[in-house]
Amino acid sequence: MDAILLQILNGLDKGSAYALIALGLTLIFGTLGVVNFAHGALFMIGAFCAVTLQKLMNLSFEVVDESQQDFLGNPLKVETPYVEAWFGPEVGAAIIDWSVPLAILFAIPIMLLVGYVMERGLIKYFYKRPHADQILVTFGLAIVLQEIVKYFFGANPIQTPPPDALSGSIDLGVMVGFDPNAIIYPIWRLVYFGFAVAIIGAVFSFLQFTTFGMVVRAGMADRETVGLLGINIDRRFTIMFGIAAAVAGLAGVMYGPLNPPNYHMGMDFLVLSFVVVVVGGMGSLPGAVLAGFLLGILESFASTTWATTTIPGINQIIIYLVAIIVLLTRPRGLMGRKGVMEE
Amino acid sequence: MTNKNVTRRGVLKSGAVASTGLALPTIFTASSAAAFTNEPTGSSVVLGFNVPQTGPYAEEGNDELLAQQLAVEHLNGEGDGGCLNTFSSKVLQGNGILGKKVEFVTGDTQTKSDAARASAKSMIEKDGAIMINGGSSSGVAVAVQGLCQEAGVIFMAGLTHANDTTGKDKKANGFRHFFNAYMSGAALAPVLAAEMGNERRAYHLTADYNWGWTQEESIVASTEALGWETVNTVKTPLASTDFSSYIAPVLNSGADVLVLNHYGGNMVNSLTNAIQFGLLDKVANGKDFKIVVPLYSELMAAGAGENIKGVLGSMNWNWQLQDEGTKAFVKSFGEKYGKPPSNSAQTCYAQTLLYADAVERAGTFNPCGVVEALEDFEFDGLGNGPTWYRGADHQCFKDVLVVRGNQNPTNEYDTLEIVEITPRAQVEYDPEHPMFAGGDLGECNPGA
Amino acid sequence: MLGLNKKDTSLLIIVGLLTLLAPFILNPFPEGSAMAQFNAGYPDLMQRFVIFGIFAIGFNILFGLTGYLSFGHAAFLGVGSYSAVWMFKLLSYNVIPAIALSVVVAGLFSLLIGFVSLRRSGIYFSILTLAFAQMSFALAYSVLSNPKFNLTNGETGLQVYADDPQILQGANSPDLPHLFGLPMRATYTMDVGAWSFDFNAGYYLCAVVMMVVFYLAIRIFRSPFGMMLRAVKSNQQRMNYTGLNSKPYTLAAFVISGMYAGLAGGLMAAMDPLAGAERMQWTASGEVVLMTILGGTGTLIGPILGAGFIKYFENIFSKINDNVLHSWFAFLPDGLEDAVVFLIHPFIGKGWHLTLGILFMLVVIYLPGGLVEGGQRMLNWFKNKKTATDDTKSGKTEPAE
Repeated sequence: MDAILLQILNGLDKGSAYALIALGLTLIFGTLGVVNFAHGALFMIGAFCAVTLQKLMNLSFEVVDESQQDFLGNPLKVETPYVEAWFGPEVGAAIIDWSVPLAILFAIPIMLLVGYVMERGLIKYFYKRPHADQILVTFGLAIVLQEIVKYFFGANPIQTPPPDALSGSIDLGVMVGFDPNAIIYPIWRLVYFGFAVAIIGAVFSFLQFTTFGMVVRAGMADRETVGLLGINIDRRFTIMFGIAAAVAGLAGVMYGPLNPPNYHMGMDFLVLSFVVVVVGGMGSLPGAVLAGFLLGILESFASTTWATTTIPGINQIIIYLVAIIVLLTRPRGLMGRKGVMEE
Repeated sequence: MTNKNVTRRGVLKSGAVASTGLALPTIFTASSAAAFTNEPTGSSVVLGFNVPQTGPYAEEGNDELLAQQLAVEHLNGEGDGGCLNTFSSKVLQGNGILGKKVEFVTGDTQTKSDAARASAKSMIEKDGAIMINGGSSSGVAVAVQGLCQEAGVIFMAGLTHANDTTGKDKKANGFRHFFNAYMSGAALAPVLAAEMGNERRAYHLTADYNWGWTQEESIVASTEALGWETVNTVKTPLASTDFSSYIAPVLNSGADVLVLNHYGGNMVNSLTNAIQFGLLDKVANGKDFKIVVPLYSELMAAGAGENIKGVLGSMNWNWQLQDEGTKAFVKSFGEKYGKPPSNSAQTCYAQTLLYADAVERAGTFNPCGVVEALEDFEFDGLGNGPTWYRGADHQCFKDVLVVRGNQNPTNEYDTLEIVEITPRAQVEYDPEHPMFAGGDLGECNPGA
Repeated sequence: MLGLNKKDTSLLIIVGLLTLLAPFILNPFPEGSAMAQFNAGYPDLMQRFVIFGIFAIGFNILFGLTGYLSFGHAAFLGVGSYSAVWMFKLLSYNVIPAIALSVVVAGLFSLLIGFVSLRRSGIYFSILTLAFAQMSFALAYSVLSNPKFNLTNGETGLQVYADDPQILQGANSPDLPHLFGLPMRATYTMDVGAWSFDFNAGYYLCAVVMMVVFYLAIRIFRSPFGMMLRAVKSNQQRMNYTGLNSKPYTLAAFVISGMYAGLAGGLMAAMDPLAGAERMQWTASGEVVLMTILGGTGTLIGPILGAGFIKYFENIFSKINDNVLHSWFAFLPDGLEDAVVFLIHPFIGKGWHLTLGILFMLVVIYLPGGLVEGGQRMLNWFKNKKTATDDTKSGKTEPAE
């Protein structure tokens, strides 16, 4: 029982990342009709916003300390971050400690801007082009973005640890009456799940309860008519692109402490997130979220010893197997609309 | 639309055209005046440095490339000479190899067997490389080694740790300086016994491909010989980026040691996840929970950051060693590039020098002469103390390091501390050991 | 000729000449000169050009004609390679049975996957093929290479060992892939002055195979069957309403393109007897999609151009390092030399991905029809210019450019 609960938690956690990325992809696809292969790169850029902020916080001045030596036997240069010098060691250290959560504030404007520039500078010209061209150009963009990040940050993963207060794990099992150590779960993973739920909730309420969201939904359903009503739907869609980029970016910022960011993390998620979107049904936001969590949970269960001994290698193929089964039984994914991307 | 459909007759006709075409190339048969592949005829000789430059191991490859360039400088008599001054064999004079200036070409393995072979082939076919060196995975090493055997050039392996490279897949034209999974197990076992006792229960997470399996097999064998029990061995897909679902069940499994048979990004993530789950703070079976990472590298340590503190593992070499060869190499490398070299850099540097030295001693670039010169060659002064290139399987035998993540690093480079230098005798094994059996060196192939 | 119209005949002849003379065309720079870095006329790369050309031609039959975008075609290439190497292991190093089996196995495999995947269309079809290919890759990489049942030899790649049966291997036949005794690796090097040209047996085998399958592709494009496939692309629904069942046609196209991929895989193994699992990964499937789109979807020659373009970058640009750059710009003053090298550095060697990405974007943005459109535009431009200069010539006399 406890093992099952544990894997459900893991699944929700994995699913959070899938759902957030798939949500952004679907937003872009649903509004602009563009297949965005650069979406994984946006996730990666978000994570590197956190890395950059952490580096900025750790910008240091050097003092040569004659009493210590570096690896070549020369006097050691001791580095003190400016932040610590300005705010005092304690406050400074606390700011550095909380750099990942702080990076959220840092990442939102950056990601909105990145999304805006991408849409106005490139994607705009591809609305009327075939999906294959969209795939190729956004794939090219993804490569370029990730190579730029690699050029500046290297190929090695970079740790972005969570704040001390939120690192480590807590014993959830004891709280609900299990034995100690039965369900130990990292705090940051719980934070990530909560964060994902909050973001998903925010996006849905934005679309559901604001006038802006209403217009966007109308535009998704029938772009032409909304345009005929004299509404500048293009501008709103551009903003939606920015929001989708921000969702992917924030997913990336918060993901850093779970697994250290590297330049190709976007590509690792790209294929998976497309599978998630399609399983959920092209163009369906709830479908994307549902499929994200569903695949996350199934993936977790497939990796248990019980599953891998029953069917060897099931943990390698579960996602794809599920995708095939879903698509063969439900032609348009779990909640897809008719006629979207079927030609 | 005047055209007909494809007919059987049409296909037959075109088939006839095809077969006349097939006869054509027989006019050109392999003919070459050279005694062996890519015999250097001019005033220079070309070495091929085939390292990952893109993909997850790009940093590792970059470090290897720096070391290889340094080796070329030293061979050509530039710079401070590095290990040429400490190497026990004194035939290298800093005037190139056999008086020929050393030049090099570089390529990208992408850490894929296919791409690595394509890159090595282009070095051999286009650039006339006479030796291929580098790489940071065993799959690539075995693939390129096989290619070099067929093409008739020497392969000096870079970082490759799977037993198969000098076991099942060993080749006469291939040589490995790096240590292997068996040696990791043999070196780690006594230290594990001393630090953790003889009654431990181990849980293995293993990358699900050839290297992971051989390492798991080696570590399981050597720890079970200590009296440890293996609770479970779980294979994780190579493509995994998140290991939470594999780590989560560990605590309730009754194990008190977690062995991570992962490398590179896999290891960084699985270790980070294990620390997140608080494994190291837990007590299981009345003992402190421990994590072991049998194969360490400096770049992984840097990627894992704080998480490696106190975690045991093994290494081929470390810049903190105090022998003369190591000091000379670290000094040259550090002064040139401003950072200490990694152990994959060191193995590529040593391999390049060893090749050059073997050519000098053999007096020829002919691969068969080089093979003969390297087989059962005893040397010292390249780091790790006295070393033996065993002729039976072309595996180097030297001291192996057991290291631990440093609790209080003083700078960004001493993230690992050396716990023990396991003497060579302790990691030696019979060439016919079951973990290595089944291969055949074959005959050296000079090509042409 | 051969049942082709004039335009197609000349295209076939041009492609034939280009492949026949490739060793000359691809080695325009003298050996040892600074530009020799850009020479691509060595056996391995020439083989790769042609093999990936075959792969892309086949992919284009499916994607270019029917519009079905398969994201899993690399699986067929991988299966083809594995079958070829198994033939080497079991029978002999002769390439004919190996290539034959690789085509057959890939055909059967694509029949199976196509039958299931073609139940859906659009992106749902793409994801189904992707899922099948990724499953094949994952299984080949790990599960199918376990010691008890080693079908693929996993990470290392399937290769021939000395203790393999090779029951038909003659005592005198070469110990590497050969065509009735002619080793695929046999290369005749012709030195002309400072130039050197390689004529490789394996390359010419691939080239001949490519000419044959290129001819077949032209025939398919021009046949009623090809017409039917185009109808599927333009409006499948209408086709169904007229009472035609389009599925047998699309399935046939899928299997044909799968067999092309298998053929490419078999040739790859014949040139180099090792089959790695990475051949089946989604990036490999994506690569052939890129080749086709980049070259010009639905055109005959486009996919071959696209394949050449990508393979050229992968193999030539990744090998340029700072040393090479310094030797190129050695004529500049020191400071300037370093500055130029510094500026170019991010785009070469380990940065070849970056260059490739930028070029993808440029081609797609400015040449929606791919490289073929680029060629056409250039042709038109020349024609226009010629007529323009003719006009000016008739008006007043100006020196020709």
